[in-house]
Amino acid sequence: MKFDTPATTNPIDQLKVVGKGYTRIDGPMKTTGTAPYAYERHDVVDNPAYGYVLGSAIAKGKITSMDLDAAKGAPGVIIIVTADNAGKLGKGKLNTAHLLGGPAIEHYHQAVALVVAQTFEQARSAAALIRVSYQEDQGTYDLAAAKNIAPVAKDEPDAKSATSVGDFAGAFAAAPVKLDATYTTPDHSHSMMEPFASMAAWTGNKVTIWTSNQLIHSSTEDVAATLNLPNDNVRLISPFIGGGFGGKLFIRSDVILAALGARAAGQPVKVTLQRPLIPNNTTHRASTIQRIRIGALADGHITAIGHEGWSGNLPEGRPETAVMQTRLLYAGANRMTATRLATLDLPEGNAMRAPGEAPGLMALEIAMDEIADKLGMDPVQFRILNDTQVDPEKPSRPYSRRALVECLKMGADKFGWAKRGAPGKTVDGRWLVGMGMAAGFRNSMVKKSGAKVYLDGKGDITVETDMTDIGTGTYTILAQTAAEMMGVGLHQVVVRLGDSTYPVSPGSGGQFGASNSTSGVYAACLKLREAVAQKLGFKSDDTMFADGRVTSGSRSAALADAAGEVGLQAEDAIEYGDLDKKYQESTFAGHFVEAAVNSYTGEIRVRRMLAVCAAGRILNPKTARSQVIGAMTMGVGAALMEELAVDTRRGFFVNHDLAGYEVPVHADIPHQDVIFLDETDPIANPMKAKGVGELGLCGVAAAVANAVYNATGVRVRDYPITLDKYLTRLPAVA
Amino acid sequence: MKPFTYERATSASAAAAAAADNPGAKFIAGGTNLLDLMKLQIEAPSHLIDVNGLDLDKIEPTQDGGLRIGALVRNTDLAADKRVRKDYGLLSRALLAGASGQLRNKATTAGNLLQRTRCPYFYDTNQPCNKRQPGSGCSAIGGVTRQLAVIGSSDACIATNPSDMAVAMRALDAMVETIDPAGAARRIPVADFHRLPGDTPQVETALQPGELITAVTLPKPVGGKQIYHKVRDRASYAFALISVAAVVQPDGSGRVAVGGVAHKPWRVEAAEGEMPHGAKAVAEKLLAGAKPTDENAFKLPLVERTLAAVLAEARA
Repeated sequence: MKFDTPATTNPIDQLKVVGKGYTRIDGPMKTTGTAPYAYERHDVVDNPAYGYVLGSAIAKGKITSMDLDAAKGAPGVIIIVTADNAGKLGKGKLNTAHLLGGPAIEHYHQAVALVVAQTFEQARSAAALIRVSYQEDQGTYDLAAAKNIAPVAKDEPDAKSATSVGDFAGAFAAAPVKLDATYTTPDHSHSMMEPFASMAAWTGNKVTIWTSNQLIHSSTEDVAATLNLPNDNVRLISPFIGGGFGGKLFIRSDVILAALGARAAGQPVKVTLQRPLIPNNTTHRASTIQRIRIGALADGHITAIGHEGWSGNLPEGRPETAVMQTRLLYAGANRMTATRLATLDLPEGNAMRAPGEAPGLMALEIAMDEIADKLGMDPVQFRILNDTQVDPEKPSRPYSRRALVECLKMGADKFGWAKRGAPGKTVDGRWLVGMGMAAGFRNSMVKKSGAKVYLDGKGDITVETDMTDIGTGTYTILAQTAAEMMGVGLHQVVVRLGDSTYPVSPGSGGQFGASNSTSGVYAACLKLREAVAQKLGFKSDDTMFADGRVTSGSRSAALADAAGEVGLQAEDAIEYGDLDKKYQESTFAGHFVEAAVNSYTGEIRVRRMLAVCAAGRILNPKTARSQVIGAMTMGVGAALMEELAVDTRRGFFVNHDLAGYEVPVHADIPHQDVIFLDETDPIANPMKAKGVGELGLCGVAAAVANAVYNATGVRVRDYPITLDKYLTRLPAVA
Repeated sequence: MKPFTYERATSASAAAAAAADNPGAKFIAGGTNLLDLMKLQIEAPSHLIDVNGLDLDKIEPTQDGGLRIGALVRNTDLAADKRVRKDYGLLSRALLAGASGQLRNKATTAGNLLQRTRCPYFYDTNQPCNKRQPGSGCSAIGGVTRQLAVIGSSDACIATNPSDMAVAMRALDAMVETIDPAGAARRIPVADFHRLPGDTPQVETALQPGELITAVTLPKPVGGKQIYHKVRDRASYAFALISVAAVVQPDGSGRVAVGGVAHKPWRVEAAEGEMPHGAKAVAEKLLAGAKPTDENAFKLPLVERTLAAVLAEARA
């Protein structure tokens, strides 16, 4: 169905199933260990061989020789795959670096060999016997050093890399109150719990790969492109994913090496990337340098706002688009943004946890706090004053729905914001205590999404789509959607996901999964309702579906009766018109944080967190809340600890395991509250829903940073906010 | 992991003798560090001697009023022992500041003393490391050094000792008891047990080949307020940026040892005379001669301020 006019009343509005806080329907499978993850698919393949990946020991250069003899002769070894024997490989559209390196080496830990053996231990042991000689080239690994020669990035399909409205320079120069500050965010690693893992089996020239992947359709095409196969010869299956965070939007070396290894070995092969390989072998969020200039009148109105961002990537890589939210979030007649991209020889930078907005708001929302401070204004009031209900670059284009002000007001009220003291003035024993806040903002993207639905003779519904559930609750909300549409109970719906033979969805990413995939199921269910009505001889336009029955006027039948012997099926996709061009579709939040800083040691403890979110209809408040508190936790990580440390001499991320790359533990996470505003967005889609996952992250780190500033009176502009950056600026202690 | 042979030791002396007979042998107890290192081939023993079955898991009073802690006493059990909690609170607190509950359930007293550095360059077998491959060079020097040593380091190595327990043991003047392959016992003050890196950073302890730790003894209780303050980048399950282990007597005198700053728990007895004069005076003497990098120079004021926090807590 084409969605090109705002939604009116539809079956979802009954809210008998949708909008209820159901526990995840796949939860028991996970807690009992019966959810099938790629590396443990004992049900589909007998006795697969094991692959172990050898990563490059240098960051840039070439392999001059490889001595495989000892490894080939090691116990249990079946075959060793390298660029020498892998055959000619293509490259996926979404990949920047090659997934099998050699002879050219593009980054540290780029895969250079796969050892396939009877057991994992044999493969690992043999991999250590491979001797590789390299010719190392001098690379560029330091963004700060490369910044000054970084050109403006190529325009993205939907976004220009340099924008300008009005006279930014003139307005900024004339502004009576100004801020000109530079912020940095470090490289980040996804650090999902389930490592990248794939198992491949060939039948003739067709390959089936059980893997862990967020975006099945494009990944299937990218496997085909890399292996030089027709798309139809590749099948990806990924029903369960132990976390992705953007790292699994693309195929990585485990996928391709499992396929190559299985082909070479003549038997199924499974490969998981060993944890210490992951940060350098796969993708990461690139570090940024961001300069923000804001000019305001003494009454607090912004007159000029400019945001420039620098990041680095491999040749042909894309930038971290950290300035994008600044084009939309606040009013101001004179504006500019620029995205510059340096060429670096570090591993590939790519999508991670709200790419663009997450690091962009880490900077912008400190800047807003800083200029509010200069203006002597409350930062909540300052943001409310500069709210806009239209795209500030194009005032004729309104927001579909924008309730940022409501989020901020409710958040301030619920959090006790009025009790916030002056910077450095609230003392609790040996702790300095502060409150901080930030606006949360993340766009809501529309993407075509298909689904197939079946009705069987028991009156049960089966949904199939290549959508994925990365731990977010997709199974549950799709089942809720189908149950609502077909008038059956949640237990009567089976959802099947993550198979490239199913109808194409946009996958899980960019918080676009929930709204688009449920809309796709909605569309397919509309078709199924028509088929049911037709089969029963009912008029389709007044047919009601409720409690397992179909009713039209005085006539009524069991839904199951329409299925007949063979059942009924319907397939459709949601497609969009130009509503997202006419309207800006986004989600909003107010993030509030209380933090305490040890006045002696500088240790930070977050004490309370609150997110008030406006994201259209909330399809399932329980799974949505879980997403938001998880995202808030990621925000604490970004604020206080997450950082891939770059060795700028040798060109690699040094802390490349979960001991060295710290993410929050339970002890770091305090009480978290989440409030969803009761709203719908009929312009967005027939579900009237938008995403929440990344909204829960965007702005959180800045709210923590602002709370630390309020606690200490010391401003830190470089993430993560670790005590070494401010310890000596704290008041002296006896 | 390289293939290895394995035996269960029947007695401490037999274990030490077996180690002497197998030059590539290692003892294994909890395995919380050794197995990780074997998987990465940083450790590649040809033979493992499992000492878990030995009768070394008791905590007993000593004749001079102290405690004798068997080498195999698990960190969890040691931290929870009533005598330890009553008289050696510093040790209990240091243990609980380390690792996770699961690891402490496995990790042993002797194994904790022998855990190896967490320097990231030691862990990456592509990188030169004098500890891993003597003579290959130190890739940490000039690299990412935020966590690494600020004092007692050398041109060959700037790694730190990661143990929390050992810092408390150092402040408490613990004594390491061993048995050698000939069956001879000896006692090594914990102060002399860990070495500074010098030119031979691969030699980390005073143990001789085949020598097996059988126990750690603590002298009779010293009283005072016993405080372990570990500072790290997250609230739990991380190695120390720095840690301060202190015993503070009512008159302000006391002892202090520091973790996270050197290749061994760092204690300078001469600095302790300054304790009544406050943290600054102690830190000046304790850290005299420190050679931090730009990235880890913060550890010096952090030690001083953390010690100030500890002294304030002791006064409170």
